[in-house]
Amino acid sequence: MNMILPTASISATPNGTTRPQVRIVIVGHVDHGKSTLVGRLLHETGSLPDGKLEMLKAVSARRGMPFEWSFLLDALQTERDQGITIDTTQIRFRTGSRDVVLIDAPGHAEFLRNMITGASQADGAVLIIDALEGVRDQTRRHGYLLHLLGVKQVAVVVNKMDRVEFSADRFKEISDEISAHLIGLGVKPTAVIPISARDGDGVAERTPRIGWYAGPTVVDALDALEPARPLGELALRLPVQAIYKFDDRRIIAGRIESGHLKAGDEIVIMPAGKIAKIRSVEGWPATPVSGPQTAGRSVGITLDRELFLERGDVIGHPGQNPRDTRRIHARIFWLHDKPLTKGEQILVRLGAKESRATVVAIEKAIDPGALSNEENTAIARNHVGEIDISLAQPVATDPYTENPRTGRLVIEVNGRIAGGGLVLSVDAGRPAVPVDIVPVESALRPDERSARYHHNGAVIWLTGLPGSGKSTLARALERRLFSTGGSPILLDGDTLRAGLNGDLGFSPQDRSENIRRLAEVATHLARNGHIAIVAAVSPSTTDRAAARRIADSAFREIYVATPAEVCETRDPKGHYAKARAGALQGFTGIANDYQPPTDNELTIDTSNRSVADAADEIERMLAKTGILFGELTDFAANI
Amino acid sequence: MDHLDELEAQSIYILREAFARLKKLALLWSLGKDSNVMIWLARKAFFGRVPFPALHVDTGKKFPEMYAFRDRFGKEWDLDLRVEPCPPIDSVDPTLPPAARSAARKTEGLKLALNKFGFDGLIAGIRRDEEATRAKERVFSPRGLEGEWDVRDQPPEFWDHFNASPPQGAHLRIHPILHWTEADIWAYTKRENIPIIPLYLARDGKRYRSLGDADITFPVASTASNIDEILTELDGTKVPERAGRALDHETEDAFERLRVAGYL
Repeated sequence: MNMILPTASISATPNGTTRPQVRIVIVGHVDHGKSTLVGRLLHETGSLPDGKLEMLKAVSARRGMPFEWSFLLDALQTERDQGITIDTTQIRFRTGSRDVVLIDAPGHAEFLRNMITGASQADGAVLIIDALEGVRDQTRRHGYLLHLLGVKQVAVVVNKMDRVEFSADRFKEISDEISAHLIGLGVKPTAVIPISARDGDGVAERTPRIGWYAGPTVVDALDALEPARPLGELALRLPVQAIYKFDDRRIIAGRIESGHLKAGDEIVIMPAGKIAKIRSVEGWPATPVSGPQTAGRSVGITLDRELFLERGDVIGHPGQNPRDTRRIHARIFWLHDKPLTKGEQILVRLGAKESRATVVAIEKAIDPGALSNEENTAIARNHVGEIDISLAQPVATDPYTENPRTGRLVIEVNGRIAGGGLVLSVDAGRPAVPVDIVPVESALRPDERSARYHHNGAVIWLTGLPGSGKSTLARALERRLFSTGGSPILLDGDTLRAGLNGDLGFSPQDRSENIRRLAEVATHLARNGHIAIVAAVSPSTTDRAAARRIADSAFREIYVATPAEVCETRDPKGHYAKARAGALQGFTGIANDYQPPTDNELTIDTSNRSVADAADEIERMLAKTGILFGELTDFAANI
Repeated sequence: MDHLDELEAQSIYILREAFARLKKLALLWSLGKDSNVMIWLARKAFFGRVPFPALHVDTGKKFPEMYAFRDRFGKEWDLDLRVEPCPPIDSVDPTLPPAARSAARKTEGLKLALNKFGFDGLIAGIRRDEEATRAKERVFSPRGLEGEWDVRDQPPEFWDHFNASPPQGAHLRIHPILHWTEADIWAYTKRENIPIIPLYLARDGKRYRSLGDADITFPVASTASNIDEILTELDGTKVPERAGRALDHETEDAFERLRVAGYL
């Protein structure tokens, strides 16, 4: 019941033999002969176990059925009476100079999803067309997907030539039609081959019946495939997958999608446009790693300065950096049952970046399988269209014509990939050219400031329900620190919403952006030696985690854990009353959307203690965690 | 970059995606050659340390050499090792054939461990070339609430974009070495000098190609006494890797049934 095929790939043998490995998909309209071609290819390339073919022929004879090549595939994959359909699977065989991995074998149900999954990883494709039926809707749709997925090497086979008496005219007719279609999509077929998969003509041999054909056989065409190479010659693109702080190193991890980098390179981090230098390329077991790192590698780098970076940022070289934008024009293929419409809220993934987005416009929505290109205003399942997307956050990207790796995106609906496509163009984001941004360092050293203030810079983040006592505590703390010669600065969420954050509402994405800005401002103050005291409901764990990443080691999170009933009786701003009356939508407090922190530095319940007592405790925590020192440290030690 | 470099880079990319996008991960360590390569790749991805637990769902019937290996390298590799026992055979679907039923204990043990720790992602070292039903897998494979696999309704994976949002209460399987072959595993093990359990090397004309429970796993005829010889042997063989795993061969659909129920 197993796939009894040789599974070894010579390319991995230790003796240095190098046979290029190419990954292919076989696509085309249902019943045009995909399975038959695969069965025949396995036979012609000597990939079948001894006796397998004879056994199947005998079984067919016993059951009184004519032998079909597709039985072979069925038998090999146990796709028999139980009706289990074949998904993405792998079959390996060898041509003269190539190891071929067939990563998508023919299947039935949900073929497109599996074809996309397979073709996403393919170096080349074979598009099969029935000589009698000619080009059909699925032929065109699959051709379109090959273009969209970026599969450049496509061999077309015109199968079942035996059904059209090996007519050179019929072959030319189909060849012209499909070639025009593919070239229209920007895909030039590497070959168009007349075959009879059932009888073997054109598969490994140019038989007399196709004597009029002078081109390559299918095996020849596969043998000429080149493995898709990483894009080493394009500009550097290193999308940031994560930032690791497992030890004292702060390692930025990601896979180089194009170009190359090395220690000492000056880089720009997009979309923010921050400039830095690569201090080292980290590795394991040996580190640091010397020499240039090229496209395709998964790497880790450290920088020469502490900058805020996050997953989804893209690193490039100055002058050759990706664009930053909030607006993208894209061509997408849609797979979801529910059509994509204008105004829809979606989640877009561009590399490691994830952003909420709105579909602003839909153009040219068509069925790529149909001949008439009737346009629609919504993109239906298995259709394509061009859309304008407005993103909630700025992203770094490239048009796919400039960089096929970073110029592609997927759209998620309910946590599942519902479509994918190519970035056609981006609207210029900001007028500033990042290369011209040169951060000016402060004239003062951190120790000069801390000597004056008797404290280090910090971001004290007070989170909790409305009415929990955040602002009261913040103000008390501010007074305390100031009276001992410190430099506290209060950043109140509501106060900042009146100005800096005046453009933001209370949707989840606006709340995230509100927190991000608060954290950025607070962190800037902390880096300059001040103690920024932030009082903000900040209900989302994710948003607070983002704030912690921004402020990094300066972050001290205090959960003001006053019980909800107490908060509601206090109701200092009258919000609970309004919300109960239905006049305030989405008010945290009665909407139950507050997510309490779990990794906070301190928890304070103000319902059972005085303000002074609570402020004492905050001071002790600040002393213990290295923010306050001098007299205060002694004070803490004497308790 | 050579072939192994490409495989390595892709696996590291997948591991880092899993770590970035899931909240509570564990790596399933079966102690075999594949999961050892996977741990090695995780250490490369995360610069020497594996930042999530290594979970060994223990049937209690592994070879003594496997337990010795676990105890030694769990420490040497500084793993956060969690050993979870499997329930007794009585708790397993009695309609399965004997060896598959025995193996299904592991599925039950896995479910218990999932409930106990609340993992939302399990990293598993299966490969497409091992076995026909594994060939149908996605890199990020969503599971149902009971850990079951719906092979007919799998979301697409566009390029390297994976579906990483498991439904509430369910988990994802992540397969970082799905695209490797048996020969790739050995070539990489040799290149990186990764320790192996000696049962893989021939003794008295036999060796194990795949390791499972001692009572339902059998050696194959072989004279390969080192990795180079294993690679030479694999290049010529037409015998499948899991030929010595009784649970695969009892009935035509036994392994498929195991996998749909949540087996690896």
